[in-house]
Amino acid sequence: MKGKLRRFHQARWDEPIIFQLSRPGERGLLVPEVEEGIRGEVGDVLSRIPPELRREDPPALPEMAQPRVYQHYLRLSQENLGRDLNVDVGQGTCTMKYNPPVNERFVSSPKLADLHPLQDEDTVQGILEIMHKLDLLLREISGMDRFTFQPGGGSHAIYTMACMVRAYFAEREEAERRDEIITTLFSHPSDAAAPRVKGYKVIMIYPDEEGFPDIEALKEAVSERTAALFITNPEDTGLFNPRVREFTEIVHQAGGLCCYDQANANGILGITRAKEAGFDMCFFNLHKTFASPHGCGGPGAGALGVTAELVPFLPVPLISCDEKTKRYFLDWDVPNTIGKVKDFYGVIPAVVRAYAWIMTLGAEGLREVAKVAVLNNNYLMREILRRVRGVRAPFHLERHRLEQVRYSWEELARDTGISTTDIQRRVADFGAHYWTSHEPWVVPEPMTLEPTESYSKEELDEYIAILEHIAREAYEDPETVKSAPHRSTVGKMADHSYFDDPRKWAMTWRAYLRKYTGYFQPRETGEGG
Amino acid sequence: MRLGLIVNPVAGLGGRVGLKGTDGPEVVRRARRLGAVPEAPGRAQRALNALSPLRDQLLVLTYPGEMGEKMAQACGFRVELVGRLRGEESTAEDTQDAAQELLRRGVDLLLFCGGDGTARDIYAAVGTELVVVGIPAGVKMHSAVFAPTPERAGEVARRYLEGEIRAVVEAEVMDIDEKAFRRGEVHARLFGYLKAPRVRGGLQGAKVATPPSERYVQQAIAARVVEDMKPGVLYLIGPGTTTKAVLEALGLTGTLLGVDAIQDGKLQGADLSEGEILSFLNEGPAKAVVSPIGGQGHILGRGNQQLSPRVIRAAGGKRALVVLATPEKLATLRGRPLMVDTGDPALDEELSGYIAVITGYRERVIYRVTH
Repeated sequence: MKGKLRRFHQARWDEPIIFQLSRPGERGLLVPEVEEGIRGEVGDVLSRIPPELRREDPPALPEMAQPRVYQHYLRLSQENLGRDLNVDVGQGTCTMKYNPPVNERFVSSPKLADLHPLQDEDTVQGILEIMHKLDLLLREISGMDRFTFQPGGGSHAIYTMACMVRAYFAEREEAERRDEIITTLFSHPSDAAAPRVKGYKVIMIYPDEEGFPDIEALKEAVSERTAALFITNPEDTGLFNPRVREFTEIVHQAGGLCCYDQANANGILGITRAKEAGFDMCFFNLHKTFASPHGCGGPGAGALGVTAELVPFLPVPLISCDEKTKRYFLDWDVPNTIGKVKDFYGVIPAVVRAYAWIMTLGAEGLREVAKVAVLNNNYLMREILRRVRGVRAPFHLERHRLEQVRYSWEELARDTGISTTDIQRRVADFGAHYWTSHEPWVVPEPMTLEPTESYSKEELDEYIAILEHIAREAYEDPETVKSAPHRSTVGKMADHSYFDDPRKWAMTWRAYLRKYTGYFQPRETGEGG
Repeated sequence: MRLGLIVNPVAGLGGRVGLKGTDGPEVVRRARRLGAVPEAPGRAQRALNALSPLRDQLLVLTYPGEMGEKMAQACGFRVELVGRLRGEESTAEDTQDAAQELLRRGVDLLLFCGGDGTARDIYAAVGTELVVVGIPAGVKMHSAVFAPTPERAGEVARRYLEGEIRAVVEAEVMDIDEKAFRRGEVHARLFGYLKAPRVRGGLQGAKVATPPSERYVQQAIAARVVEDMKPGVLYLIGPGTTTKAVLEALGLTGTLLGVDAIQDGKLQGADLSEGEILSFLNEGPAKAVVSPIGGQGHILGRGNQQLSPRVIRAAGGKRALVVLATPEKLATLRGRPLMVDTGDPALDEELSGYIAVITGYRERVIYRVTH
């Protein structure tokens, strides 16, 4: 039988925020009194701390015993979803794959965990060697000439590329004139946002009728003001732009640089390379394609590679190897460097996991990852379009996709009034996760699925069965979908207008207390909060 | 909670019998002679059914009989009548009377059933004083105030009344000249804006949400336009809320639906006719600041006919066009190109191809234009 629906119920602990659990005076660790002998010898140690370094008030941290802290976080973990527990194909563009737990042994080993980033180079040759070797591997995978691991994620890497574009043209005294970045509608939104933060104007290329970025619009867009092209390929639709080489040529002819957002390279690993497509820079998210966990938005790593011409602009320090002595060192000799973009080395655990993953698979293995990911995706798409009512895959109906597809529930929404966000909540009732799309929703009622290489056919069938079931419910029993979730830990948001009003946002407990005390009282006011 | 209800019972009457609209009593009579049966009351009832969960908390304020009373009672709502018809057959004046009376008595939401003509009547009576939702029942429904189906209209109304939706948007009231339309010509006009609940995806359904708010994006676009303004250049500001934001950014009061002229940050003329614009144009360089209307994508020839072929040519043709649109608005085109329909085929051809559309403070889109 294809795709069995699971009888699922998520753990639901009704667990307060940790600050609300705080009890004044409760401690996780009791620090012993200083022994008499020592006190006699050194006196009052605290008084030796210079006054300007001393806190006047204790930090506003929760006061709790260890078992309660442990219990708290274990409960929260049970209210979560993720690849280790469920079929996590619903977070398209994010490449939620299996992250082999064996790699955690490397990163939690004292050999790595106990290193200090300010240690002398001679005492950290091992990690420098791993970084250097990962650099060599990524050069091979991308065709670029040098990598940095400083950026802490994809958007940070895009921002770093924008900084390098600016530095490159500043060196040629063209930075003021070249103030425009070109990107496409179905590239990641950060490809527009990060250069804008750097002060660039952004020109957006919309798709043509077939769903590919409109090359005629690109020709209209380039000029002597073009600084660079920032794009993804394949785009979020899962369509690979076969004319990408022409895109980079058009931009190069106008004197611009070409920057490739390969955050997610899962569909093309070992099959196409940034260099052959004509790019001057690219980056990979090690926490996507290279099997390091996302860590709920971090810590990640955006490994950024450039061609030889742009190496002089990379952030410092680079990791270099002295060929004669075989000694690795932090290389600060980068003439036009944009400076540091992150403290110390970057996020080293992600580097170590990616290195281990690549070494486990080898070149053939990497290529197989891409092939299986594409196969999985096309199986998923075919079965969804065959079996699930009310869903379509806009653009290029007859073609295969690469690693993901952005679907549309427009038909279902029109027929039943059930929207993609209703479906999103209902999917949680079956212990799975689901995502719509970046804003703005160019594809109406969007759903973006990316199965990656690490799901079996049975797991994909389970996910398809969930969608099939919910679509049937939408037509036959829409109330059940509308009032979802029923068996999950999350709830239905009554009022989305909170998202529109920064005065209502509370990203921290402190902000919550400031903005909401007296508006609606927290369940229990933590004295320590 | 108090719900205002106005049903135009003859809305849509002309559609099935090929009359392309039902504006005016003669057309209603003609339609009836041709065997048309009113469909609006049934559609209103479908919308009200979606409100039935609120039956006990809701008082429906409405007009007698088929203008609302009958359907509200059939759905089991408590009803308060706020007036009566002037004659036997319900007319545009009755719709306006009812809307004014509802405004006077106060309602939390006005649900109306009809087409573009009804929306215009509601707009004429209440402007943006009330929040409204349109139940689609007309022949022409170009206005953005209509939900895609009666059920969806009822659902949006319920969610708004229950406080689930709080934000409101200004939705376009559009209509076309029916007589011209019967001759096969389409001249859509923007008549104004009604206030409607803001729904993710738009009241009309398959649209796109803008993250912070459309208003904020309009301000960002306006900031870009103002920053790029050059001394001595005459800027002709076309109709619409997006272009209106440019005036607001300059602290000027122009017209929402007309063409206004500004130069060096000062208002030179408001609600100008083609002739008045042409007399301004003799004096120096000019730009026309326009925005696509509704989901149709026309940047010239719909609602801004004052920006005639002579005006556009005199200003310098394609180079003189400054096109503004929020990404949300562009997304409503569903990939269709922008349109020009100036009435001068040669000019339309010249304007076709690609054009830069300003979509944010630091963002523009290179977009296709056709005719």
